[in-house]
Amino acid sequence: MLVDFNFRVILEYLPLFLTGLRSTFLIAVVSIILALITGIIACSCRISGIKIIKYPAIAYIEIIRSTPLLVQIYFLYFGLPTLGLRIPEIQTGILALMLNSGAYIAEIIRAGINSVDEGQIEAGVSSGLNYVQRMRLIILPQALGVTVPPLLGQNIVLVKDSALLSLISVMELTRCGQTMTSERFMPAEAFLTVAFFYMCIYFCLKALADWSQRKLIFREAY
Amino acid sequence: MISFYFGRLMEIFPFFLKGLWMTSKIAFISLVTCTLIGFILGIFRSSDSTILKRLVGVYVAFVRGTPFVVQIFIVFFILPEWGIQLEAFTAALLAMAIMGSAFICEIVAGGINSIPKGQWEAATSSGLNGIQKLRLVIIPQAMKVILPPLVGQYVLLIKDTSVVSVIGIMELTRVGWVTVVRIPEGLMVFTLVGFLYFIISYPLILLSNYLEKRMAA
Repeated sequence: MLVDFNFRVILEYLPLFLTGLRSTFLIAVVSIILALITGIIACSCRISGIKIIKYPAIAYIEIIRSTPLLVQIYFLYFGLPTLGLRIPEIQTGILALMLNSGAYIAEIIRAGINSVDEGQIEAGVSSGLNYVQRMRLIILPQALGVTVPPLLGQNIVLVKDSALLSLISVMELTRCGQTMTSERFMPAEAFLTVAFFYMCIYFCLKALADWSQRKLIFREAY
Repeated sequence: MISFYFGRLMEIFPFFLKGLWMTSKIAFISLVTCTLIGFILGIFRSSDSTILKRLVGVYVAFVRGTPFVVQIFIVFFILPEWGIQLEAFTAALLAMAIMGSAFICEIVAGGINSIPKGQWEAATSSGLNGIQKLRLVIIPQAMKVILPPLVGQYVLLIKDTSVVSVIGIMELTRVGWVTVVRIPEGLMVFTLVGFLYFIISYPLILLSNYLEKRMAA
């Protein structure tokens, strides 16, 4: 079993894994930022009263949530060239991750906003605040405490989801494991190393999420 | 040109239905096994025994900390190296069971932990033994907390079956992937694939939303 585990090969491939780690990190950071923007826009459309932007937002969120990410990645990867758009795989991947996480983030933000008590909004109205002021001064500050921990949880999901980009040959962490397997045929060494790196990322992000949970969610919301 | 490809796509539509059948089969078998294992592990995780708790905790951390693709590769490529020969289908089911049960375990443990201590004490003083306490008192009450996220998790598991296509199982996503090589209309092919997934998972999403509203009331 693990008796003939070959650490020398892992050391030999370490530079490759580190570049993979770096590109996983870059993909994750870029997609998280873009997904956050997408999520905020989609959520604003979703909760607005204007039908012409509300229904497309609902359709977008529900379609993304009920189809697998892998299908969405393939949809863009094989679909964009037929539209005449030829973009590098890594950008296709980031686009897919952005659209996917954006929908989930929109739902997380909406749940946060809905968690604010109805009476708070009424109080805002009777204080003579307009819609934007109510959002900015009353709802969002309270919603933030409820929203941040699940948002950080979504980041963990996104990092793990980025492993699927290896299937459209983006050179990230999982792809490095595949490369090493095909060059040396040592799947145990390759994929356990990959798993180890993902675990490191997971524990860092998890610590951050737990910390924010302690810090924010029990903060009294008045 | 598009209508030509559309005709071709309709010709091979039965192929897609076969993929859908395979996806449903994998999804169904793994949902059942994941629920069973997940409940058992969840009970361990919420038990008083520190060793059991720690062991299940390590397992859950390993599963939650690594992507599902990597887990499939570990099951499919590494087990044979250690002398355990698996067919792709069995490997896929095994990987699904390992992954899903860890997530369900957390949901179940959360539900059981949400039950106040007094209920346990009341059950003990009524003379119920360990299994009876869980079966008659704790689990029925915990179900209210468990059920909505459990159905949500089912949706995620069904969607995750798409990833087992990487080890060559002819399920829906793989069918799309094979088709797109012959019919170079990516948008059309994967719209169809996505639509078929939508048919399975959207009713479950609605059910999950409904349960969430009902259980909250």
